[in-house]
Amino acid sequence: MSRPVRILYFARLRETLGASAEEAALPDEVMDIAGLMWWLAARGGVWQEEFDGCRQIRAAVNQELVQNAAFVNAGDEVAFFPPVTGG
Amino acid sequence: MSVKVQVEDFDAGAEIARLRLSDPGIGAVACFIGQVRDVNDGAPVGTLTLEHYPGMTEKALVAIIDQARTRWNFHDALIIHRIGTLQPKDQIVLVAVAGSHRGECFAACEFIMDYLKTEAPFWKKELTPTGERWVDARESDDAARKRWESEL
Repeated sequence: MSRPVRILYFARLRETLGASAEEAALPDEVMDIAGLMWWLAARGGVWQEEFDGCRQIRAAVNQELVQNAAFVNAGDEVAFFPPVTGG
Repeated sequence: MSVKVQVEDFDAGAEIARLRLSDPGIGAVACFIGQVRDVNDGAPVGTLTLEHYPGMTEKALVAIIDQARTRWNFHDALIIHRIGTLQPKDQIVLVAVAGSHRGECFAACEFIMDYLKTEAPFWKKELTPTGERWVDARESDDAARKRWESEL
């Protein structure tokens, strides 16, 4: 059974992917952030370039920074973005 | 505790006075103001645009102050961070910490800035003569934050 999640993209990712948010249905095999990144990379093109693991990308689940092993559950808000540069 | 993310400029003097006068037990206020530079990585900077993650940003800033509280005693802390398009010499961020004595205020203020730089979801984009570019994260900022981890 697929799991609905909301995915947000910020800064450079938002521009290169041409998307700020999407509703996605994750298949069962996508368990965690690392799996989700592979799943997005499989879309090819700019998605592959951003999510193939060569670029530093940070993730948040439900608005908290997480590591790539963090699980993604139905209804979660997941966000991907480059390392932060505020202050 | 006060955390604000806003487009508008802030009056640092008024903000610090409000914090300072909130409690007669306060004997010290340490503060940091960050402002836009007109040069970065060897290129002149025309404007700086700050993007953030609404909702998460405010939570992250509150969490950073909470973490500082577990390490030092202070009365109150304030963070104001601007978003949107700024010019050189514009203020970007104000962090102020008020407490009984200076030592804990200085340390907490620096800790809050080091964590803000590496954990709060803000991103800077610069306009230079050759076009727009996203500012890269600095290793020195990560190193500054890691220093606190080893001081636990």
